[in-house]
Order: sequence, then C-alpha cells, then structure tokens
Amino acid sequence: MGFLDQFWQLSVDGLMVGSLYAVIALGYTLVYGVLQLINFAHSEVFMLGSFGGLFAARALLPGDGSVPGGAGSIALVAVGLGAGAACGGLAAFTLERVAYRPLRRRAAPRLAYLISAIGASLFAVNLAGKEFGRQNVDLPDLFHNGTVFRLFGAAVSTQTLVIFAVAVAMLVGLDRLVAGTRLGQGIRAVAQDADTAVLMGVNVERIIIVTFVVGGLLAGAGGFLYAMTFNASYSMGFVPGVKAFTAAVLGGIGNVRGAMLGGLLLGLVESYGGYLFQASYKDVIAFGVLVAILMIRPSGLLGERLGRAA
Amino acid sequence: MSARPRTLGASVLLGLLAAVVTGPTGDSDEPLRAAWDSIADVRIVLFLGLAVALWLVLVLGPRLRGLVAAVTAPPRRRLTAATLTMTARRSVAAAGRRGRTVAVGGGLLAVAVVAPLVVSTAAQQSMVNDIGIYALLALGLNVVVGYAGLLDLGYIAFFAIGAYATAYFSSSTAMPWHAPFVLNPFFVFPIALILAALAGVVLGAPTLRLRGDYLAIVTLGFGEIIHLVANNADGITGGARGAFGVPHLSVHLAGVDYAWGIDPLPYYYLLLVIVVGVMVAFGRLERSRIGRSWAAIREDEIAAEATGVATLRMKLLAFALGASVSGFAGVLFASKQFFNPQSFSLQASFFVVAVVIFGGMGSRLGVVVGAVVLQGLAFYLRDKVQPADRYIYFGAVIVVMMIFRPQGLVPSRRRRREIELSEAGVGAADSLGSATPTVVRP
Amino acid sequence: MLLTLTDVEVAYGAVTALRGVSLEVAEGEIVTLLGANGAGKTTTLRTISGLLRPRAGEVRLDGCSLSTIPAHDLVARGVSHVPEGRRVFPSMSVRENLLMGAYRDRRHARADLDRVLALFPRLGERIGQAGGTLSGGEQQMLAIGRALMSRPRLVLLDEPSMGLAPMIVRTIFEVIAEINRNGVAVLLVEQNATSALRIARRGYVLETGRVVLADTAAGLLADDRVRQAYLGEDVTTAPPDTTAPPDTTAPPDTTTHAPSS
Repeated sequence: MGFLDQFWQLSVDGLMVGSLYAVIALGYTLVYGVLQLINFAHSEVFMLGSFGGLFAARALLPGDGSVPGGAGSIALVAVGLGAGAACGGLAAFTLERVAYRPLRRRAAPRLAYLISAIGASLFAVNLAGKEFGRQNVDLPDLFHNGTVFRLFGAAVSTQTLVIFAVAVAMLVGLDRLVAGTRLGQGIRAVAQDADTAVLMGVNVERIIIVTFVVGGLLAGAGGFLYAMTFNASYSMGFVPGVKAFTAAVLGGIGNVRGAMLGGLLLGLVESYGGYLFQASYKDVIAFGVLVAILMIRPSGLLGERLGRAA
Repeated sequence: MSARPRTLGASVLLGLLAAVVTGPTGDSDEPLRAAWDSIADVRIVLFLGLAVALWLVLVLGPRLRGLVAAVTAPPRRRLTAATLTMTARRSVAAAGRRGRTVAVGGGLLAVAVVAPLVVSTAAQQSMVNDIGIYALLALGLNVVVGYAGLLDLGYIAFFAIGAYATAYFSSSTAMPWHAPFVLNPFFVFPIALILAALAGVVLGAPTLRLRGDYLAIVTLGFGEIIHLVANNADGITGGARGAFGVPHLSVHLAGVDYAWGIDPLPYYYLLLVIVVGVMVAFGRLERSRIGRSWAAIREDEIAAEATGVATLRMKLLAFALGASVSGFAGVLFASKQFFNPQSFSLQASFFVVAVVIFGGMGSRLGVVVGAVVLQGLAFYLRDKVQPADRYIYFGAVIVVMMIFRPQGLVPSRRRRREIELSEAGVGAADSLGSATPTVVRP
Repeated sequence: MLLTLTDVEVAYGAVTALRGVSLEVAEGEIVTLLGANGAGKTTTLRTISGLLRPRAGEVRLDGCSLSTIPAHDLVARGVSHVPEGRRVFPSMSVRENLLMGAYRDRRHARADLDRVLALFPRLGERIGQAGGTLSGGEQQMLAIGRALMSRPRLVLLDEPSMGLAPMIVRTIFEVIAEINRNGVAVLLVEQNATSALRIARRGYVLETGRVVLADTAAGLLADDRVRQAYLGEDVTTAPPDTTAPPDTTAPPDTTTHAPSS
C-alpha cells in the first residue's frame, strides 16, 4: 500500500497523538512564558499523572478483565482523567516548591534551575521505576466497538474520538483561561513584564505556582489519555516530553495557540515520516524537527510571547 | 511563628519520602503497596526521628551557627565592599597558596597511585571504567558547563562517536560497517578527537547563537538521535548487540612492544596520566586569554562582547573542546571493553552533569573528586540497591546540591564568587542570558 | 503624613545605592525628586514600592511600616508606581493594559476606564491597539492612565518626560497637575527639573544616594547649586530667573521639612 492510500489514516493517527503533544506542550509554554525557564522535569509530571490515572481506572475495572463499555467506560475515562490531573497537579506543585522555589528565593543563575530540574527528573523517574516496576503497564481498550465511522476511508475508533475530543476541550479551555479570565490576565502580565505586574498588584509567586499546577493538571490528564492508547512506564516521560517541547518551540514558545498548532503539526509530521521511513525512526524525526526549527526559525511559527495568545 | 510548624511538616514529608526511597520495591499490580510497606514499618521511627532532628537543626540552626561562629574561626566573609579589596590582597596570598596547592596535589596523586593496589579486582575495574573514564568526561564537560557557562545534555553522544569511531577504524569485525583498513587504536585518538570536535561545531554553531537554554535541549535531542541510531541501525553499528572485539591498546615503537589487556591496572595508570595531563593543560587554559574570555562571558556577556571578546566563537570553542575530550574518552572506553548503545543513554549524559555539579563546576580538582565520590557511591551501592535505583539518590543529590551548595564540593574560587555576586544582583554566573528583567542599576 | 522615608539604605550586592535617604510626602501634594543619573532616584521609588528592600531605615505609609508588606499589596494601599521607561505590557491592548491597573479591585473598572479615557482621549482612539505599537507619548499616557485605574492616593512617577517631544511633555505635565488637583499626591522623579519644579510644591535633590537639598520648589528654583547643576544655567552670568512664573501653590514657609498637611 502506498503513502497516498494511507494518507488519511496516518492523518487521523497523527492528529490524535499530536493533540496529546499539544496538551503537554502547554505546560512547557506556560512555565516558559512566566519564568523564561524550560521546565525540564515536566515530562515526569506527565509520567506521574499517567500512572495516577491508569491506576485509578484499573482499580475500578472489574476483576475478570472485562470492560464495562458505553457509559461505564466514559465514567472510567472521567475518573482516569480526574486522577491523572490530580496527580499531575500535585507533582507539578511539589516540583515547583522543592526544585525551583528555593533557587528563585536567592535569585540563582539560570543554569542552576536546569540542573535542579534534571535532578528532580532523575529522582522521579527512578523512584517511579522502583515503586511501580520497570515494565510497561497498560490498560485494556475501554471501548468495545472499534471503528465508529470512516473519514475518507480512515478508520476512526471510539477511543481515538474520545482522546481527540478531550484533548481539544482542554486546549480550548486553557485558551479561554489565559485569554479571558483574571488569572489569565495575571499570567500574561507576569510573562510580559514581571516587575510591572507586581506594581499592578499581581502576586507573582502565586501566579507562578498556579501556572505550574495548571500545566501539571493538563499534563496529568494528557498522561492518562496517552496511557489509554499506548501504555505507561517509569521512563515514558522523556520522549513525549521532548516532543511536546518541540511542539512548543515549533509554535513559538510562550505562545499558547502556537503550542497547540505545533503539537498537531508535529503529530502529523511524525506520523507521515514514520510511515515513509521506518517506525523506529519516528523519534529521530521529531528530534530532527526540533534541531531544524531551532536553526531555521527559532521564534517558532506564531512567534513567542504569552500575551499574543489572546 | 507560622514558619515553624510548616518547616516541621516539610521535614516529616521529607522523612516519609526518604523511607519510601529506601523501602521495598513494588510493582504495578499493587502500585501503592511498596510505599505503604515502607511507611508501615518500624524503620519509620528512625526516619521520623531524623525528620524531627532536621527540623530542630533548621529552626535552631541560625542560633547554633551564631554560637559556633562566635566561639571558633573568624566570621564568615560578608559580601560587602571588603570583598573588592580582597582582590588586591589575593596576589599576595597567591604565592603561599601555590605551595599549598602543589603539596595537596602531590598528596592526592600519591593516593591515586597507591589506591588501586590495595583494592579488589572488581574495584579496580570500577576505578577504570567508572571513575577514570568519568573523571575524563567530567573534565571535558567542565569546560562547557564550568568555564563557558553553557549546558550540554547530550555530552555522551560525543563519547559514543569516539567509541564507534574506534570500532570502525581499529577492527574489521566489531561492527558490520568498518573501514577498509585497520588502525591501531592509538591512531584513532586524533581521529576521534577531530570527529567529535567537528560534530560539536556543526551542532553548536547554529544553536549557540540562540538562547543558551535552547542549547541544552538541542544537545539533548542530538544525544538521543545518536543513541537511537546506534541502537537501531543494525547494519551499521550492530544495533543493540553492541560492538565486539575492538582490540586493546598497544604500542609498537622503536623496540617497545606493549599491549594493554584484561588487567585493569595498566589502563588505570594510563588514564591517571591522561587525567593529570588534561588537568594541567586545562589549568593553563583557564589562566590564559581564552580562559579569561570565558569568565568574562559568564559574568557579563554584553560587556564581554563590547570589549572585543568574540563571544560566539569562544562559546563554540568551549563546546567543541568539551566534545573532543568526550570523543577521546570514547576511544579509551571502546578499546578497554565491550560496549553497546546502553553505555550512551541519556542517563549517562545526566550522570556526567551530576558529577560536574557535585564536584564543583569550574574546578578541575572538584570534578575529578566528584567522579570519585559519585562513582564510588555507585560502586558501594551496587550490592545494596538495584542498579537503576541508584539514580534516585543521584537525582536527590543534584537537587540538594543546587539548593544548598550550588558551587559544589570543591568549588572553584572564582565560580563561588560569581554565584554569590550574581545572587546579590551583580553580574551573572552562566551564559544562558538573563531570566528576569535585569536589575536597573542606580 | 502620607509617606515617610527615614534613613533608608539600599544596596545592590556590594554596591550601595542609597545611603540614608529621608523624605516625606503629604496628602495631596506634588513632591519632586531631582538628581543626576545614578543618584538613586529610581532606586528610591523602587524601594517605596517594595521592589527593593532597604538594608536599613524604614518606609512608612500612613505611619505604618511597609517592611513586611509584599510589593504586590501596595496597590491596594493606594500607591501606584509608573515605572521608568513606561513599561506598558507590549502584547496587551490599550484596554487590557488599563484593566491591569484595576487588577486588584475591579468593582470600579468600568467607570474608571471612562474617567481615564476622558483624561487621555488619545487612548480612546487606540483602545484595541497593542501597547507595544503605541508612540512613546501614548505609552506614557497609557502608563499613567493604568496607574490611575487603581484609584491611588499616591502616584510615583519615574521620569515621565523621558525621550518625549516638548509638546507631549507639556501635555503630560498638565495631566499630572490635573491629577493632583483631584487630591492625589505625586512623587515625581524628573531630569527635566524646570518643568518638575514648576508644578511641584516641594523638592529634594539626591546626590550619590544622599539627600543634599530639601526645599520648596520656589526655594530650589532660586538655589544657585540647583540652577547650575539641573537647570543648565551658568550662575555667574545668568540674570534672575524670569521664565518660571511665581509658584502659587507653594506655601509661604521655606523651612526644609515642613510642608503643610
């Protein structure tokens, strides 16, 4: 079968994965916007959220290995999303308090933040490996019926549909949060000019922690969606993490809508590229895209700056 | 005061975390079981006791320190105008310090020469493969992180380039892909050096123009690309199986015929000579015009640029120099032992970063001590915990160091001063650009 | 007394910027802070706002020490700071910038928006435009308007005339006087000493982190040292100042630290 025959199927798969990259990318972009800091350990927030959601959903599954299907499965997804988001949010909060805040209090050089994040990342990955084992953990397919409908010949399953719909809902929700609420106003103000934001009465410390938590909630929920299609493991964070960062840079780091666009594009590129070359080179393609954008257009497709999102 | 109960709470949480970290290993069927077993165990008494002790130290610490300072030693140097006059006095003190440095260096060297003779063979192996190689790697990365103030997270990729170059050039059987001729590994040293430096330039030239923290991510991506290609390109690298049968180092020169073999000791002394040589060479470099340019870039890049330092070229030089040391180490590694792509994983890169940070970035002795201590710890822990679990401790060490002692175990004098000053709002201590809007000077 | 600084010392690392600054601002008056570059004027304002913490001395607002008050709570206490270089939020629209001024208390945002737009009709014409695309003068208006959105009792103004054309400077100073007529106290840092002293009641002169002169505006305008250093006049040959009209707002007393309040 040629590439053109597969084109729509690859597009559907790519968009689904890409929407997850976008959800994770928002965490990088928000934190970068507010602190000008690559939150290197964000991938571990995603991993912990993924485990949280997966274990919560598994705990509610009947012991015989069957899945409820229909409304029962939707409820399971909701529980998984909630637990994933909660774990992600908690992990992001802890990360900020332990690995970043002490450094910020004494205005440490930026290198220190990156290194501290690497330490936190190593710690979290291997602690998860120790607690949850080092094998892949998966969840049975939560939906009985495979293909719901065909789009130009491409099969779209319930699972794909659910994941894409939830991811898009989160993206739209975050966009509204940043563009249209007082919290979003504060986040944008801190991102554009933290000192002046203070003069306007913005509590920068609070904005920072809330930004971390919001990014963590998204990454955690995204982690559960990721575990639904693929699986979870202690080392799962790194690759999607770098890809999500790539998506954020591709769209213009600090730019919320850019991160969404970047995620979807990267998902597509990777899906097509993986088919054209070899599936095992998918990751190489993504990293190649990262290196290439940084060399050709480092400010990304939509330009940087959090404020421009609105 | 409300801070005290909060400090106690944080200490207790830390104690619980420590209990979980050191507790039993779990699995995914009962995800919370291991954590629960760690907490519902008598050991918890110990950890809670430690937590309370920590809290007491934190709460009473300032008072205790005041007491100790009053009784012993002169008061700690405050960061005031007095610091500036210290600079003037330094040159006077330098002569005396030089004598002390030589004495300390000689002593440490003597220990390094004797140490392998009194330990087990397993420990000797570790002293070569782990401590020696990583000391060399750390010295190279120190140029990038410590001297130029950049962060390279794919450092091990250059190590891989060196190792695979050795397999390519010095053996016709180690990898499916090999050179049409076979070279003695000694001749691969310069080749690997140049290849790694070239890779560094190709990667660094476009990215160094961007923000410094992007370099971290690009190098990370590059490191992963190299790792993935090495792992997947079965027809070229041999894939996950690795490269077998790279010959040991050997010398055949003017009547001297010597071959290194399975015995780790000859390798150890070769490495010792190389490490000491690199330390001496980099010491000279640090005090040269180039070294001063790096310091200027770290402390104030714009001012450095304005006074005629070719900042981009100097950063690139540091990056390429670090890469070439890594490539050089790769040759040694490949000829010493069998290797596969696992040796070039991301965690290995992180580990080198950890060594440099722990030892003290910018300090040559520091990073070597860092390699000895951290790899020594790894060797010590290897029978006690699962190998992969050791990274939990390394991660914690990195975070704790960044919070409490960012200058490292054996800090470089200059780096420590830079960190102190930059935290007080004067100058910078890295080349990543300013994170916060620059302080408006009065 | 609305604002009191007592022997405030501030340092950036090893560099001391303020060496014991004392000054006062009473309700409803305009006080100006003069001095050369690097004298510590901006540092003084940033210290009052809590962006910098004094190493010694104290800042009091309404008699309460601000040492434990976080910088972001100062707006709620009636202090607005228009920073040096205007610092409008570049990617926010004019409206969003103004609403940032009412971040802490949005109850009166609508009414205050109309009030500010009446004061600066130019901003009304640019209401949807991004702050970063405005001209320097418009940005200054925006920065001042934004500060007024929080209904302050004291406005700290840092070099509002910097880099602006004389026409616009005149407008800005008229608006400052207008704001003050509504009962808002102003602490004005300026390089443009003539204009500043013309609308101010009192003034302080800073030199290398110390207050070296404190007097009424009229007194400072008449002071040889001030005229030589900040008004660009050669005192030995210049005739008595006739360009500045007699300052009607200045109180008759000429003692250094006694503004009527």
